[in-house]
Amino acid sequence: MPSIYPLARTCNGYAQYIPRSIVRPRQLSYPSRPMSTPEQARIDPVDEEPEPVTKEELMPLYRQMLAIRRLEEASAKAYSQGKIGGFLHLVIGQEAVCVGAIATIGQDDYVVATYREHGHAYAKGIPARPILAELFGKKTGLVKGLGGSMHLFDKETNFLGGHGIVGGHVPIGAGAAFKAKYRGEKRVTLCFFGEGASTIGGFSEGVALTALWKLPMVLICENNLYSMGTPLYRSLAVEDVSMRALSHGMARDRFDGDDVIKVKRRIAVAVERARETNEPTLVEVRTYRFRGHSMSDPGLYRTKDEVAEWKRRDPIRHSRQRLVEDCGVGEEELKELENEVKAEIADAVRFAEDSPPADEYFPYVIKE
Amino acid sequence: MPIISMREALNQAMNEEMERDPDVFLMGEEVGYYNGAYKVSQGLLQTFSERRVIDAPIAEMGFAGIGVGAAMVGLRPIIEFMTFNFSLVAIDQIVNNAAKIYQMSAGQFCVPIVFRGPGGPAVQVAAQHSQSLESFYANVPGLKVVMPATAYDSKGLLKTAIRDDNPVVFIESETLYGVTSEVPEEEYLIPMGKGDIKREGQHVTLVAWSKMVHTCLDAAGELATMDIEAEVVDPRSLRPLDNEIITDSVRKTGRCVIVEVGWPHCGFGAEIAFQVQRDCLDHLDAPVERVTSDDVPMPYALNLENEVQPQVKDVVAAVKRVLYLE
Repeated sequence: MPSIYPLARTCNGYAQYIPRSIVRPRQLSYPSRPMSTPEQARIDPVDEEPEPVTKEELMPLYRQMLAIRRLEEASAKAYSQGKIGGFLHLVIGQEAVCVGAIATIGQDDYVVATYREHGHAYAKGIPARPILAELFGKKTGLVKGLGGSMHLFDKETNFLGGHGIVGGHVPIGAGAAFKAKYRGEKRVTLCFFGEGASTIGGFSEGVALTALWKLPMVLICENNLYSMGTPLYRSLAVEDVSMRALSHGMARDRFDGDDVIKVKRRIAVAVERARETNEPTLVEVRTYRFRGHSMSDPGLYRTKDEVAEWKRRDPIRHSRQRLVEDCGVGEEELKELENEVKAEIADAVRFAEDSPPADEYFPYVIKE
Repeated sequence: MPIISMREALNQAMNEEMERDPDVFLMGEEVGYYNGAYKVSQGLLQTFSERRVIDAPIAEMGFAGIGVGAAMVGLRPIIEFMTFNFSLVAIDQIVNNAAKIYQMSAGQFCVPIVFRGPGGPAVQVAAQHSQSLESFYANVPGLKVVMPATAYDSKGLLKTAIRDDNPVVFIESETLYGVTSEVPEEEYLIPMGKGDIKREGQHVTLVAWSKMVHTCLDAAGELATMDIEAEVVDPRSLRPLDNEIITDSVRKTGRCVIVEVGWPHCGFGAEIAFQVQRDCLDHLDAPVERVTSDDVPMPYALNLENEVQPQVKDVVAAVKRVLYLE
């Protein structure tokens, strides 16, 4: 019986493990920029022609992004009212990455994410009601008030968390992918993390084993340019996180994440590769959070101009514009959808507020 | 009844459970082609192939985490640490993930995983390779901690651990792999949280687990020559802990000595001592005694290494103290 986990490889064919075909011709910041400088934290212009798109494809993605934005805004408001406690990490500004990426997979596929995961959870199919109720610490919350903002889990949609230790969830994603390969299932795992995770051991070991054992996982680095308050150039010697794939002979890709359609198309290539060949991919998507690291962070380490420039590239505004200009969607139809989203989130907030408080914590320590 | 070593007993347990359940797999450094650094996985690769006996590179955090992820979605991994000292570079996966995901997910995802391997001091492998980490792990809700002392207990408990739906930290003693005992050919399971009286006696209760059970049995033999009958109680698992078997014994003897190879400060014996004084105060005829290793990182030189660890003479002396014989 041929082994699916070869114990030793011959080294002479090292280069063949680098699927060069997927390395896009797009200019990368390394090695054309030899040294890290503050200059590298600047915004790269959107320099590619947008992918053609139809209303049928873009409309649901726009709706999801908008719902996530509204959900996050509602969370921020509730936090400032003292209704949500602890840490609250908002994904505002980065919505196109989780929505575009998760649009490429099905319910059976796995998603594992960080503590900035409300958007990923919603995109995976978890309704706003249990998400908000969880943030409010209520009994009706997704995990009954036991996890809060950072630990959303959902078995039904195969959402594997919600993890608070940076990089510690990358091996967990690899484990889910391992199981898919072990059982011969055609399931793919998407593992999201920030560029800040790329310096920690869990990431390195997770990537190394994923590559070694050819696990069907797509590693998606949401590079929002700051690990908390530390900019790229002060945390990474090589700012191109996707380059980490090269030392493992792993496929990679790298692009800007403002355009949800672009995210979807590019991630789809990696998902297809994982599903059909078990070949993992490390994808770096450049994005930006409009707010601080968490609610307690005013984000004073960034200039107003920088934030304003990224807000100009707001993925939601970008999609709306394309719906109008490229898909011929009328203002009225968009308003209708936007009102619908507003109502959905308002309903979820009411649900969270009216729900009874969390009331038990013993039953889930040890499974009997 | 066949007499086999603890090494063989553990091997049989894994073999039988892998035979029984196709979702069980073994992953760790040198578990396959090398047959295990301590030969506990001898022959498993030949039986179950590379698909289920997986040699991992030196990346404990990585493969422990892969085990946690695989367990969340339905597999039953056995993760072998070459020694438990190396579990410290994977402790994030054990403590932050394996122990917490069942609770954080409100019972949606359980983590049926066994982390196993040798722990405690071996012989002259110095400070970084001679640590008893059970007190660390036993402190964490969500984990189970098992420390068998005999071949019989090892097999029955490992089989139970593999079938358990929770993460189990299963610490074997490197020095006990060759210790033999009778192990039946027919299948048996030993529940966690159920201790065992390794020797009966009326005058004093000795509580010990893993390697120290044997030290206590030796001490009990020596005490018997002085007409002191010591009862040796082996809880076998520290979490859950069989409090009843300990307190029943102490109520009978009125005296208690807890012997562990770990460090004294915050060692697991302190927890047992607390429980004994809480539950047996009216029965105690002397303060509870503890015998532990000295409060130092383990030295290399053999004479120093022995001096650091509890010896038979230390146990005998502690027993004499609680009997007011000195």
